[in-house]
Amino acid sequence: MENDLFVSRYARRKRNDALFRVAVFVPAALVVGILTLIIAQVVVHGAAAMNVSFFFQQQKPFGEAGGGIAQAIVGTLMVLLIATAIALPLSLLASLYLYEKRGRRGAGLLSGSVNTLQGIPSIVIGVVVYSWVVVPMKTFSALSGGIALAIVMLPLMTSMIKESLDLVPASYLEAALALGVPRWRAIVEIVIPAAGAGILEGTGLGIARAAGETAPLMFTAFGNPFLSLNPAGPVSALPLVIYEYIKSPYDDWHQKAWGAALILVLFVLALNLAIGARKKR
Amino acid sequence: MKRTIPLRAALLVGLALVGLTVAAGAQTLLGSGATFPAPAYTKMFDEYNKITGVKVNYQAIGSSGGLKNIQDRVVDFGGSDSYVKDSDFSKYPAQIVHIPTVIGAVVLTYNLPGNPNLRLTGEVISKMYLGSIAKWNDAAIAELNPGVKLPNLAIMPVYRSDGSGTTFNFTAYLSAVSPEWKSNAGNANSVSWPTGIGAAQNAGVAGVVKQTPGSVGYVELAYAVQNKMAVAAIRNASGNWIEPSLESISAAAAGAFPADTRILLVNTDAKAGYPISALTWIVVYRDQKYGNRSLAQAEQLAKLLWWMIHDGQKYVSALDYAVLPAPAVKAAEAIVKSLSYNGVPVLK
Amino acid sequence: MNDKKFNALLGAAAVVIVSIFAGFVVTLVVQSLPAAKQEGVAFLYGSTWNPVTTKFGALPFIAGTVMTSALSLLLAVPLSLSAGILMGEYLRAGWMRSVLNTLINVLASIPSVVFGLWGIEVVIPLVRTLATLVGAPPYGAGILAASLVLAIMIIPYMSSMTREALLNVPAGLREGAFALGLTKHEVVTGIALPFAKKSIFAGLLLSLGRALGETMAVTMLIGNATRIPNSLFSLGNTLASVIASQFNEASSDVHRSAMMALALILLIITMLAGWFGRSVMRKGMSSYGK
Repeated sequence: MENDLFVSRYARRKRNDALFRVAVFVPAALVVGILTLIIAQVVVHGAAAMNVSFFFQQQKPFGEAGGGIAQAIVGTLMVLLIATAIALPLSLLASLYLYEKRGRRGAGLLSGSVNTLQGIPSIVIGVVVYSWVVVPMKTFSALSGGIALAIVMLPLMTSMIKESLDLVPASYLEAALALGVPRWRAIVEIVIPAAGAGILEGTGLGIARAAGETAPLMFTAFGNPFLSLNPAGPVSALPLVIYEYIKSPYDDWHQKAWGAALILVLFVLALNLAIGARKKR
Repeated sequence: MKRTIPLRAALLVGLALVGLTVAAGAQTLLGSGATFPAPAYTKMFDEYNKITGVKVNYQAIGSSGGLKNIQDRVVDFGGSDSYVKDSDFSKYPAQIVHIPTVIGAVVLTYNLPGNPNLRLTGEVISKMYLGSIAKWNDAAIAELNPGVKLPNLAIMPVYRSDGSGTTFNFTAYLSAVSPEWKSNAGNANSVSWPTGIGAAQNAGVAGVVKQTPGSVGYVELAYAVQNKMAVAAIRNASGNWIEPSLESISAAAAGAFPADTRILLVNTDAKAGYPISALTWIVVYRDQKYGNRSLAQAEQLAKLLWWMIHDGQKYVSALDYAVLPAPAVKAAEAIVKSLSYNGVPVLK
Repeated sequence: MNDKKFNALLGAAAVVIVSIFAGFVVTLVVQSLPAAKQEGVAFLYGSTWNPVTTKFGALPFIAGTVMTSALSLLLAVPLSLSAGILMGEYLRAGWMRSVLNTLINVLASIPSVVFGLWGIEVVIPLVRTLATLVGAPPYGAGILAASLVLAIMIIPYMSSMTREALLNVPAGLREGAFALGLTKHEVVTGIALPFAKKSIFAGLLLSLGRALGETMAVTMLIGNATRIPNSLFSLGNTLASVIASQFNEASSDVHRSAMMALALILLIITMLAGWFGRSVMRKGMSSYGK
């Protein structure tokens, strides 16, 4: 009789196990399916927009077919450059501060600030930078866009760089100090290079994150149909043209929006994969 | 130092870029605002760039956006299809002037199978947007369109979610012809819409209508024409059924113009005039010396404006915008000539 | 350069960053004051938002934010859990796991505006068809469309945390359970998941934080209507989407101030969610400690 009980319970347990398997595989398959669909559509629709003029020409007047998004590609590169130039030194120095002054009150304050900055929605960042930079400068600019993106990148980069600094064996620093090297030099010439891969990784991920941000740029970089290299004036950006074009009724612009989306996704993917590949090595 | 070299390099590059831009600065102008004239403006500015090399960056974010940017003085000029009332002048740090540029039409475009050409009156349109006429095959619409097979489809009104001069002109017309509209929603850049779905900018409204069966939206004529969307003929104050066109818009604009050019063309008395025609303006400060604005910048702006009301006009008819009638050009010229820098007129 | 100057440099950077953070809070608070003075506490539960009569209340947007975040979490949690369990338990190694892993990472890197683009082209027509089937107004846009896309967007956070947590279950614990004859299902639900539940919950909070602050995709899909949504097919607005739509043009000081107040509310809500998450993680660290 006990054996019967065991057998029937065992059958139930086996059945539950099979059901559970289904309950896990099916939704996961759904996720895979949706994701593949999204990527496939971006690739297919985006590829349709790709031609030489797409990459090298500027925006045409409303309703006119043709032209391209050269101004957006250049604009994105500009704001990313400015953002990295601001965020990298700042986050490196901040991480060093956290590394050196760990446990002290200042470090706690900085850490708390960084953590909270991370949670700030990027639209709020855009709105605040508008009043801090755009209004006093009396113009929209790539510079203000870069500043806004730098604030977006800062928390992510700081935490990643801090983590990689922590991973450097303490013996490196201690050996250098024992040899009489001044502390600052030991950190700059030994610890930072040792953490170099992590710093690069943090920077890459920060850029990838900032590249896709639209909201902060809406009130700072503003947009520009012309290709511009002027950091003190408005520029276009890939996310901005995607947003503008897809809202419009023009089929030509819709196609360009997909194309811009494809470029953006490829750029971000390339960064992420390059970092992932380095990590495995 | 290994780490400071990149820092120094970055500083140098930055300074170089700034230097480049100070030199290039006088060759660019920045404007923002109304989406109503955006097809005409972007065309004009494209041609202006080919002729003079000056790059005019116009961001079509809606009339309210343009006016706000001008208030904050973060743009050279603002575009708006709703003029600033005297009572709102205090919002601006200095005196502003309105320069008329083109005249367009607010049309009712819709998405119905077969794209039939419909006739609508102001009262019917008001009721559609108030929600009291909810289906396309409603008796009120059917009796205006005998012979058209109207589907049993729900009417979905599309409106502007952003502050819009197009809305201003549209609601001005509805308020003029429908007391019910006037008391329920009124006339402004943004109103409280009883029903329907909002979209941003003229482009957004046209986009939603194009993709949503049963929807109706109010957009500038060019957006409907460029996207091959059907538009309605509307009965004007004289009782005639008028389709929006270059001719009917020009007819509506044929009257007198006040010196400050602030005039609403809706519900025109002109017999052949389209009843929701609208003038659009560029708003700038009369005194061009503010902030760190240079004389060169002021001159560029004045030259652009002068060109827009003269040579620039020839590019707009192809997009079904009416050119400024002679009295409007005269008034505009006087205003552009009144722009001053340090007390001296900018345009010699 | 010497130690003193170096430390001063580090200190300066720290000051800059803390000032940026403090500046944010100060700017938002100061700029919200005019609206707060006009509306008082009623701002939080006022349901009228009328720029023309300058009467402002945040309730429609708080409601929209809460509804979309809650609905998207509801949809995302089962999907994330199953993806995480799949990667953490069933496909612990092998090419299928790397493929799934990569796919989820790709999902996490797709910018919000691209999700909005995809949503406009694919999800809105779908929801429109669904709405006509059930007799709701066929807007297409609205709470459902926004929540569907939001759900897809937040899956990676929770699923990665779930995967990592399950992979970190001590081998001895798992193998001991299998040795006792437990089925996979029993090991996962009885041993591994309870062990990992703090991390999984942290992943949930990460996803929630993302959902609360998400701007572009939601703005593009939610229909931009200032009303308290009363159904899945209702149009609405969230705190983030109304700022995105209206900030550029607020012409009255009170209007702008009201939006700064909304930004402040959004900031507080996301901060609270983050702090709650971190404190839950800290409390749970010692429960199975080692």
